Amino acid sequence: MCPYIFKAEARLQQTKGTRKMRSPRELSFWGKIGAYLVLAAFGAFAVFPILSLISISLRPGDRLLTKSLSIIPSDATLQTYYQLFFQEPFLRWMGNSLVVSGAVTLVGVALAATAGYAFSRYKFFGKNMAMLALLATQMFPLTMLLLPLFIMLIKLKLYDTYWALIIAYSATALPFTTWQMKGYYDTIPYSLEEAASIDGSSQFKTFWTIILPLAAPALVITALFSFMTAWSEYLVAAALIQDQSLFTLPLGLKMFQSSLEVKWGLYSAGALVVSLPVVLLFIFLSRWLVSGLTLGSIKG
Amino acid sequence: MAAGIGQVKNNRLAYLYTSPTFLIMGLVIAFPFLFNVVVSFSNMNLTYFRDWKLIGLLNYVSVFTDRVFWYYFMKTILWTVINVFFHVTIGVWLAILLDKDIRGRSFFRTILILPWAVPQYITALTWRGMFNSEYGQVSLLLQKWFDLNFSWLNTEWGAFTACLVANIWLGFPFMMIVALGGLQSIPRELYEAAEIDGSSWYNKLRNITIPLLKPVMVPAITLGIIWTFNNFNVVWLVSNSGEPSDTTHILVSWVYKAAFRYFRMGYAAAFSMVIFAILLIFGWNFIRRTRATEAVY
Repeated sequence: MCPYIFKAEARLQQTKGTRKMRSPRELSFWGKIGAYLVLAAFGAFAVFPILSLISISLRPGDRLLTKSLSIIPSDATLQTYYQLFFQEPFLRWMGNSLVVSGAVTLVGVALAATAGYAFSRYKFFGKNMAMLALLATQMFPLTMLLLPLFIMLIKLKLYDTYWALIIAYSATALPFTTWQMKGYYDTIPYSLEEAASIDGSSQFKTFWTIILPLAAPALVITALFSFMTAWSEYLVAAALIQDQSLFTLPLGLKMFQSSLEVKWGLYSAGALVVSLPVVLLFIFLSRWLVSGLTLGSIKG
Repeated sequence: MAAGIGQVKNNRLAYLYTSPTFLIMGLVIAFPFLFNVVVSFSNMNLTYFRDWKLIGLLNYVSVFTDRVFWYYFMKTILWTVINVFFHVTIGVWLAILLDKDIRGRSFFRTILILPWAVPQYITALTWRGMFNSEYGQVSLLLQKWFDLNFSWLNTEWGAFTACLVANIWLGFPFMMIVALGGLQSIPRELYEAAEIDGSSWYNKLRNITIPLLKPVMVPAITLGIIWTFNNFNVVWLVSNSGEPSDTTHILVSWVYKAAFRYFRMGYAAAFSMVIFAILLIFGWNFIRRTRATEAVY
């Protein structure tokens, strides 16, 4: 791109007085073409694996191992999806995942909502230490905690149960959600509680009937985050669950890809079914996510 | 935060509100951490699972004298540097383009965010399928376009490259979104002023965009380094637990294998402590250094 064209054009426009100047966000013609090319190339890179999943999941069973590269196979069929839902334990895995994720969501919301409130409103012994400790847990490599947790759960007879996963996932999600709830409560003015206490409302009642409804948006985010943490987790589940009837979706999908016999079609169909709700939620949440991330970095 | 009168009173309620959280955190994080320290000094493994005893520093000695530690350590460094380099370069570059006035911006933004939205284990398993030497789409495309036949997952560096590609795919959108947020907060007047002075595209990038993006990117890069260093999912699942023959590991995936496949509990616990120490030194250094740069700003 030649800077002189920029200058000349800018001067021209200034003398004409029709428009002030080329805005810094506008691109020249060739600049635009280049931008589209780069965006399209990386866009293709981004959707490539997803398209390949769609393509494989639509192939009829006897043509799974094909060398064709077309996206929608000529003889597309939903047969694999039928097999996935009705001939494989996929629905059972989904049930397990729903039980675990649902319980983690309940625990996560209840605990983060109360702990976040205490951090935002009360002074108590060890408060700052506790908040820092929550942050520090994010640095721990999970593999370091997993081995002692594994031994501990065996001794507590909780190994190979839903409880093992529910406890472990809640602890993974809690530091982030607690901080997030605290941040939201901080934006609610304290005068609300003062007014309520003058009117004779107890502290718990004020929290339950006034503050909590106001924090609804943050509660939704906390719920979604907790749910997604549990829904998409493989490593902990692989270490803590052995009983195949307790398998969650990640363990089940991994089983389709066992090294002896790979069931590509079932894997692809399953992967799409599992990811779709999460991907939609994520895109829906992404606007909030952007502002949250940059807000944090500007503050810090 | 407003410090009202009510904040000092009734702090019993505060303990009531926070104790369930700390009970769970204690059960899953604090206690296992302490227990891990004890196990790292013991001979616990499959034969001595119940009647283990303390054996002092022997596990630490075997971690550092074992050649695999240094091999996986170098591989982890390589893994982290390459990944974060590509995440940041691709992410910032795409963010700059998405910040321009072009049609279809939100369409491209949504498409480019997809890799971040897909669950990590699905990303890893899918890329493993795509690198399959006979039927994987990557191999087929390379064959068609470049007539290249390469068995990705069965060679030491082929498998490592496959892991890298999968992880670069899933990691660049995060950097892109952070950079996009940062770009939107740069005052437009700076660019207008630079344009009047006739400064070139490169000069603007060098002297306005990059320095003003830095405060936003530095925390994101630090997080990125820690996440990549600890990224178990991709390496473990793409290489199918370290194939070929335990060469494709980073430190965390090797620990997992030592603990849950070979059941060398004491050794794995000591190994984890070493990984934790590395991260701690990195984190501490980082905090010190950013404080130093804050003083400059």
